Amino acid sequence: MISTYEALADPTRRRILDLLRERPRVVGELVDALKITQPGVSKHLRVLREVGLVRVRQDAQRRWYELSIEPLAEVDGWLASYRHLIAERYERLDEILSELQEKENNDGQPNTDR
Amino acid sequence: MGNLTLIAEPGKQEITITREFNASRELVFRVLTDPALTPKWWGPRSLTTIIDKMDVHAGGMWRFVQRDQQGNEFAFHGVYHAVIAPERVINTFEFEGMPGHVILETMTLEAQADGKTLLTASSVFQSVADRDGMLSSGMAEGSRESYERLDELLKLL
Repeated sequence: MISTYEALADPTRRRILDLLRERPRVVGELVDALKITQPGVSKHLRVLREVGLVRVRQDAQRRWYELSIEPLAEVDGWLASYRHLIAERYERLDEILSELQEKENNDGQPNTDR
Repeated sequence: MGNLTLIAEPGKQEITITREFNASRELVFRVLTDPALTPKWWGPRSLTTIIDKMDVHAGGMWRFVQRDQQGNEFAFHGVYHAVIAPERVINTFEFEGMPGHVILETMTLEAQADGKTLLTASSVFQSVADRDGMLSSGMAEGSRESYERLDELLKLL
């Protein structure tokens, strides 16, 4: 079973989600917009349905694919925690380095590497 | 405080980050490899970082758990491939929520003429899709566009 993260890792699938965010669509529209084959689009839709990001609504004649955003709540925790991770990580390192340097200066001891 | 640069060329499997620190290479290396100090910088302030394992030598394992205020946990682990004080650490990185997607990380420290230290962190992913997935999950400012797309989706919640 593929994870939501893996489903989102693919740029084509993110593009499909973008298109479905605008409105529900039928497969043919996605094929036209993405310029990939229908089997290709169907494969991606299958993955997105598997993780619950996309659901199907059956019309009298047609199958509408629409966005279902519940699984993104799960990703949100990961996204929120990752967003500024890198910048924040290094800012925190700056603080520790300053503290240690200050402490060493106060102790009158040089930096010693272990 | 040094500027953060992040390079992620389209179509490549790599992300390279550089950052300057106003401290000696020895001190930066010491802080980066100290299990007691790691919870104070590794994760964002909003999360608590718990060091489950951190055996900093070639062949040693590391495993960190991040916990949010609601009690949700995100765990990460890997193996140290090379630890060369005070200049280099090479390790693998795997988010346990995405098992099998392993990243190879190389961290290099260079002493600068002014007593500062330049850190270069390179991450090599198994595929371009893996890397772009990480970027779109907000790791990089450089990929703000795809991130914002996802942000818009999240606003609908």
